[in-house]
Amino acid sequence: MDNPSVPLPNPQEAPNGFQRRLGISLGLGVVAFTFLILRLWQLQVVEGEYHRTLSENNRVRLKRVNATRGLIYDRSGQVLVENRPSFDVVMVPEDARRPQDILSRLAGFLHQDMSDARQALASASASHRPPFENVVLRRDVDWDTLVAVETRQIELPGVSMQIGPRRNYLYGPLAAPMLGYVGEVSVDELQRLSGYQMGDTIGKYGLEKYWEDRLRGENGGQQIEVDAFGRKLRVLDEVPETPGANIHLTLDIGLQQAAEEAMGDREGSVVVLRPSDGAILAMVSKPAFDPNLFARGITEDEWRLLTEDPLHPLSNKAIQGQYPPGSTFKIVVATAALEENIINPFQRIFCAGSLHFGNHEFHCWKKGGHGWVNLHEAIVQSCDVYFYQVGQRLGVDTIAEYAHRYGLGKPTGVDLDHERPGTIPDTQWKRQRYGEPWYSGETLSVAVGQGYVTATPLQMANLIATVADGGVRHRPHYIERLDVPEGGEAGSTEAEKPVKLGVRSSTLAQVQAALRDVVESDHGTGKKARVEGIEVAGKTGTSQAVRLKTDRKVNQLLLPREQRDHAWFLSFAPVGAPEVAVACLIEHAGGGGGAMAAPVVQKVLAYYFSHKGSPVRDDRQEARATH
Amino acid sequence: MIDKRLAQHIDPLLLVLVTAIISMGVTTVYSATYAQAQNQMHALVWRQALWACGGAVGMFALLLVDYRKLERYAYVIYLAVLQLLVLVPLAGYLSGGSRRWIRLGFFALQPSELAKLALIIVLARFFHRDSARESYGVKEILLPAALCAVPAVFTLAQPDLGSAAVMGFVFVSVLLIAGLRGRVFVTLVLVGLIGIFVAGHGLWSHLKPYQQKRILAFLNPESDPLGSGYHLIQSKIAVGSGMFWGKGFLHGTQNQLQFLPEQHTDFIFSVFAEEWGFVGCATLVFLYAALLLRGLQVVARAKDRFGALVAFGVVAMIFWQAFVNVAMTTGLLPVVGITLPFFSYGGSSMITLLLGVGLLLNVSMRRFTF
Repeated sequence: MDNPSVPLPNPQEAPNGFQRRLGISLGLGVVAFTFLILRLWQLQVVEGEYHRTLSENNRVRLKRVNATRGLIYDRSGQVLVENRPSFDVVMVPEDARRPQDILSRLAGFLHQDMSDARQALASASASHRPPFENVVLRRDVDWDTLVAVETRQIELPGVSMQIGPRRNYLYGPLAAPMLGYVGEVSVDELQRLSGYQMGDTIGKYGLEKYWEDRLRGENGGQQIEVDAFGRKLRVLDEVPETPGANIHLTLDIGLQQAAEEAMGDREGSVVVLRPSDGAILAMVSKPAFDPNLFARGITEDEWRLLTEDPLHPLSNKAIQGQYPPGSTFKIVVATAALEENIINPFQRIFCAGSLHFGNHEFHCWKKGGHGWVNLHEAIVQSCDVYFYQVGQRLGVDTIAEYAHRYGLGKPTGVDLDHERPGTIPDTQWKRQRYGEPWYSGETLSVAVGQGYVTATPLQMANLIATVADGGVRHRPHYIERLDVPEGGEAGSTEAEKPVKLGVRSSTLAQVQAALRDVVESDHGTGKKARVEGIEVAGKTGTSQAVRLKTDRKVNQLLLPREQRDHAWFLSFAPVGAPEVAVACLIEHAGGGGGAMAAPVVQKVLAYYFSHKGSPVRDDRQEARATH
Repeated sequence: MIDKRLAQHIDPLLLVLVTAIISMGVTTVYSATYAQAQNQMHALVWRQALWACGGAVGMFALLLVDYRKLERYAYVIYLAVLQLLVLVPLAGYLSGGSRRWIRLGFFALQPSELAKLALIIVLARFFHRDSARESYGVKEILLPAALCAVPAVFTLAQPDLGSAAVMGFVFVSVLLIAGLRGRVFVTLVLVGLIGIFVAGHGLWSHLKPYQQKRILAFLNPESDPLGSGYHLIQSKIAVGSGMFWGKGFLHGTQNQLQFLPEQHTDFIFSVFAEEWGFVGCATLVFLYAALLLRGLQVVARAKDRFGALVAFGVVAMIFWQAFVNVAMTTGLLPVVGITLPFFSYGGSSMITLLLGVGLLLNVSMRRFTF
């Protein structure tokens, strides 16, 4: 039974060929295993004594050297976000021998209550802490504590100071919703991402999160030999850290500050774009929060206060707030009407203060009506009745098509998470969403930017920038360049192809002329945006946050806050050679766009044109030259 | 049904060897997770024992089916496992930065393990029926290469360099035993060397250091995060400090103080070596050698080419995993995530290996039937 020849039914196969190869593989296997045995002999017997000693005094510790997170600059090179050193008191319980006693001794030296540290120690020993890992007793201690601990090293075995970088947002809440914040990596993030350890810092929100991969850099490490008391003897091996990339923003911190101050304590958003390339010069969302709270570790109370605030300080209203655009949407309708030859721009339509359609009365904002107005006048005075009629002739689907061309109804693609798309309704949308046909009365609401229409302030800023740049739409962006330390890839400001609006230049010229007169003519609704010496164009908007039952005009300030109107103002300047495009939205302003939002934009423009001269400008040209 | 005559031919030696290795393995898993026994880790040793029992049931169940039936269904099996593998990026869950498992109730299935077995069967079928020759040229091996590449690439993308590498090793082994034309063999070796050279000096050196690091970290997340050899040093200290007699069960300081990474999976050999010393290691290596030798005997006596190739594939799989794992923990090879067969903790791996042993037994006991 033990000697059957191998019956291989395949006649082409010569049995000895197969057997020969089998023999060879057996031989190779024997050689391989012999190698293993020899290696084991070498490690365990020849060098066994040496390894035994090493294991008994295993004092080779692995210490991570965290990479320095990249800094964030504004366009003129001002530091916005930096890292400052912070000193933490740490303990290696294995080295302390009797950690609780040492803690009591420490409390005595510092004349401080250390019950929080006691707690940290207890929870650390209950979790999966790797041995000889530091337990942080107290974070970010002051100079006196630092000195006290350092000078009493001998009496405090296992206790040492650890210097760690702490994120520092130099301007506090300024631009915070855009810059975002960092925090300690969460259990969930540890599961999802590789390369992080408990206690690491990670971008949580805003651009800190979006550019996490570039900002964080690469951690280094040290193999350290320590003595029996945990004191460092020498570094055996070291892998240097690679700092993260520094980010230069297109943001102008002065302009940002001016915009935030102009907003005062009102809620809402201001976005300032450079029409020629979509660079974001300022992005305000109010109210904001102080990212330094997160960097130092936010307390539960502070967190609750922020998340439960009805004014939503943690959201970036420029990209997450979706508001009916109101009369600013007339820019879209006017473009469509001109381009589709729906109207003769010089033909006048009579506004009696309201329009009866179906069995409903659609009011103009001006009670007595505007009388006979043509397109130019209708835009300048923001006549609703004119646009009801134009909208009716266009139909909702054509309006929607032009809104999409302006980039509404979908995210702009700015490099931030959680951007909302807004809503541009059409007949198909309504059928899908509500399973109902489109009612022509609804088109009237759409024509004046009400009803289902919503957009974010960034989308509206991009819209007015598109008008300013002669119908070219850019993707809004805020990265001027990335500075990568040695060996990295440089800036990522790859030129993206802008999208053409695809309308006749005469169409845009007429719209631009009307927008100019919104501010510059005596009948305009946006006169409060005038800036001396600069020709300014703009469009006001007042949009209802809720549909009011009554048709009568009511005193806005008597309404509860959440029922008051939103105020909009879109603007670009100077007319002819636009350098900036601004969108301002004030949530529940309780007043019209011309009264409430236009003055804010005026201050932004005034700041821009009074400061544009020098350092900022030069820096930009310098940056261009080096590219 | 299996008849009495067949049952008499079940190879007792194979069973004894596998049982011995598994017992040592389960004992070592107990030790490796002992230090964390206060937490949930102590459950792992029971689970490992459970997988071994489940695998044994599967192994014996496999004996009921004539292995030649597997030849008929080879492609069906292959495609079914491939589907599971495709499911992983879609429905699998993430752990430690890679997505390798599909959760099935309390069991997390790792399809890349099953894929190794499916690959062996489909390769054996190919070289036995679809293209039976004395030796193969380049054109004839393109299809089997593709059969190996598809699951390997999916596995690599999880990312799981170790399992993908095992698939590659198994493929090359089966290819060599099936017979390669002398000139083709030489050509392939040359092409491989040139390929490595070009990749190494041409493309690789053009990459920026951080890009290289990123690629390495992606392909091989098990590698030392700091690249400074800390894990390897600790593993070598653990193995070496076992000396001749070992430190004794549960007395390995490297293990118990948790200096070892992945101590119950990839680095379980270090735990064993520390506690049982050279004597234990030599015994274990001897057991693996005896198991593989017996496997080769099954190959040599197989009744047909399919059986011989399947058996050889299983032997190759066990050999490569055992060899690479021990070589890696003792610092002879770079650290990749390859487990020690029958030893490392892992349900899918244990069941797959026991099914493999089932194939060996199957081929062995049916060598007389016609």
